Amino acid sequence: MAQAQLLPRDLELPLDLRLPRVGAVDAVALEARAGELAKRSIKKGSKLAALDLAIRMMDLTTLEGADTPGKVSALCAKAIHPDPADPSIPSVAAVCVYPNLVAVAKRRLAGSGVRVASVATAFPSGQSPIDVKLADVREAVALGADEIDMVIDRGAFLSGRYAKVVDEIVRVREACGAVHLKVILETGELGTYDNVRRASLLAIAAGADFIKTSTGKVSPAATLPVTLCMLEVIRDVHDETGRIIGMKPAGGIRTAKQAIQYLCVLNETLGTAWMTPELFRFGASSLLNDVLMQIRKQRTGSYQSGDYFTID
Amino acid sequence: MAAKSPATRAVPSPLEWEYAPAPEARDILALEDRYGLYIGGEQIAPRSRKWFPTISPATEEHLAEVALAGPRDVDLAVQAARGAFEGEWSALRPAERAKYLFRIARLIQERSRELAVAESLNGGKPIKESRDVDIPLAAAHFFYYAGWADKLEYAFPNRKPRPLGVAGQIIPWNFPLLMLSWKIAPALACGNTVVLKPAETTPLTALIFTDICRQARLPAGVVNIITGDGSTGAHLVKHPDLDKVAFTGSTEVGKAIRRELAGTGVKLTLELGGKAANIIFDDCALDQAVEGIVNGIYFNQGHVCCAGSRLLVQESIYEPLVAKLKRRLRTIRVGDPLDKNTDLGAINSRMQLDRIRELVASGEDDGAEMYQPPCRLPEKGYWFAPTVFTNVAQSSRIAQEEIFGPVLSVLTFRTPEEAVEKANNTPYGLSAGVWTEKGSRILWMAERLRAGVVWANTFNRFDPTSPFGGYKESGFGREGGLHGLEPYLRFDR
Repeated sequence: MAQAQLLPRDLELPLDLRLPRVGAVDAVALEARAGELAKRSIKKGSKLAALDLAIRMMDLTTLEGADTPGKVSALCAKAIHPDPADPSIPSVAAVCVYPNLVAVAKRRLAGSGVRVASVATAFPSGQSPIDVKLADVREAVALGADEIDMVIDRGAFLSGRYAKVVDEIVRVREACGAVHLKVILETGELGTYDNVRRASLLAIAAGADFIKTSTGKVSPAATLPVTLCMLEVIRDVHDETGRIIGMKPAGGIRTAKQAIQYLCVLNETLGTAWMTPELFRFGASSLLNDVLMQIRKQRTGSYQSGDYFTID
Repeated sequence: MAAKSPATRAVPSPLEWEYAPAPEARDILALEDRYGLYIGGEQIAPRSRKWFPTISPATEEHLAEVALAGPRDVDLAVQAARGAFEGEWSALRPAERAKYLFRIARLIQERSRELAVAESLNGGKPIKESRDVDIPLAAAHFFYYAGWADKLEYAFPNRKPRPLGVAGQIIPWNFPLLMLSWKIAPALACGNTVVLKPAETTPLTALIFTDICRQARLPAGVVNIITGDGSTGAHLVKHPDLDKVAFTGSTEVGKAIRRELAGTGVKLTLELGGKAANIIFDDCALDQAVEGIVNGIYFNQGHVCCAGSRLLVQESIYEPLVAKLKRRLRTIRVGDPLDKNTDLGAINSRMQLDRIRELVASGEDDGAEMYQPPCRLPEKGYWFAPTVFTNVAQSSRIAQEEIFGPVLSVLTFRTPEEAVEKANNTPYGLSAGVWTEKGSRILWMAERLRAGVVWANTFNRFDPTSPFGGYKESGFGREGGLHGLEPYLRFDR
């Protein structure tokens, strides 16, 4: 198994680390396992710890055509102090915006420790020439993005042109320089878990720091089984090569309960070593307030209405 | 490029995240101090005047006293069942019989939380299993056979099916309410009446079931439940007025029952032990196979007659598979059966724990390598850590005998032919599992494996529509599905 080749011999890949065989994924059993982990019952202190961690792992996101400097500024304020009434609530990990809004976010977040992530590479479809995608990345980096969230070329992937997929990621990786690179697979368009596994391996082989499920523009976005499938790839890569890759489920995670389910899957697949914002992020736009509400419920024993949490 | 990727990044200091206890509330279950025998629709004190305590194997806590039925009690129960059979039950319109079964099924659903708590408390199995598997499947069996009650003539075209009469049924302690439903639902659907003896260590859900029969207004004597020990079972089997005996339990007792009934004309079905092979091919979905292995042997603490207790691994993936399996074992949560996060509960009884320990010691003596993950076992109660043996010889006792505990023996094979040969090389033949991405190989294997059930890319999956039963020393007769009706019927033509 260890010696099995990832791709045909004539394919030029920038691989200098061994990767596991592509392998197979059984959909029924994968979904059963994810379903089982979703039933973990997390209470009291462990619930509070999970909610606190979920905030620290959050990439607070706004990716709308209607985004304005005002909207992004407000989001940045929320990112730094998610609950103005409670200073014990930590800041989120990053704010995720379109390249045009990177400069605004960067200014507003300066000195806060909250990072700026920018989507790039003709997000969300990825259907543009490579030079456009690279220019997109370089601009975003020049504007001060700390992290780049790129999309893979699903058209190339689904037509079997894996080399093109890999090559693009490699070139984006170069264009990023030292900037952190997350590779979005858009799992909702890949059709099978086998494809998710293959795309995850390609992205990792090409130099991704993180692999990410979705753009949030396609349904289904992140699901528990898809995340479990990608975490298993990360585990195999670590076993075989020692490389440590991060994971970001994004899209469709709206409740604290869901976030805790993801953390249970993470905890029981990769272990507590991965339970840090360095290696796991939630891409979400509406998750934060539910988490804040649950934290206040856990501390005070009663729920408060949505009006007690700011909308940004 | 890849070389610049964070290969050398140190893993940041981990967050210690422990799951806080999440116990299922016990207050839904109101236990009586003492339970009599359920005969003729009434709870009565045993003529034997004997009682025995029933406990929680997780804590050795005393739960209740139950009656120990003697020969006189067994006779009363069989008489009551005979009376009910000769009376209204066998003459009842089949659609009316079905209504009672539907009612019972719905009542099981309504009282599912109470039944799940009782099952976990009395038997030691994790609440997530009794809640998600045992009780829903028990209800599903009643629903399924309720549907057959008025369609028997369609099940057996051109034959005239008729009920047998009185069935004596003895069930084991591993799935108490589920085994009860496997026995009672088809028997009643076919128009028989029953005397059922639950296992000595796990009588509680059967006793709660008597209250469900009362709620369903089942005619008196159609279901009779007599608690007791092995002697009670022996008296029941020997009773001259039975038409049918159905037994699920050990091969040893099954053989004794068959000897007892030889030549009597009493119909018999036996569902006995197993030593199932779970066969892992190198092209399988590896992570999911690991889950299947864990489910195969650690489900219900391995107290499963069809447990995948012999792992046959293709040698080319032996090392990564065993490494993955051992890592997975470290995440199994052993402890309080009522905790919703518990994966592995308590061993059902002191006797069973002793047997597991004895067989595990023999495995170590045979030179097999034992692995147990670090886990703290509670001090009181009966506990055994999840265990894997590697380097196991086919001739070793732990590869041949049924351990009926959370103990897996790993063997290897090189070719599909060898896998079949090794899998079939056992006195048992209840179940088998095959893990491969190749559909044609699944069919090729299923054709050759001598086992009543062959699971492909899954394990321990049950459904009322699917027949279940064994080859060889695993018994005969089928329970579940259309096949499960036949043992409870006679045919006029």
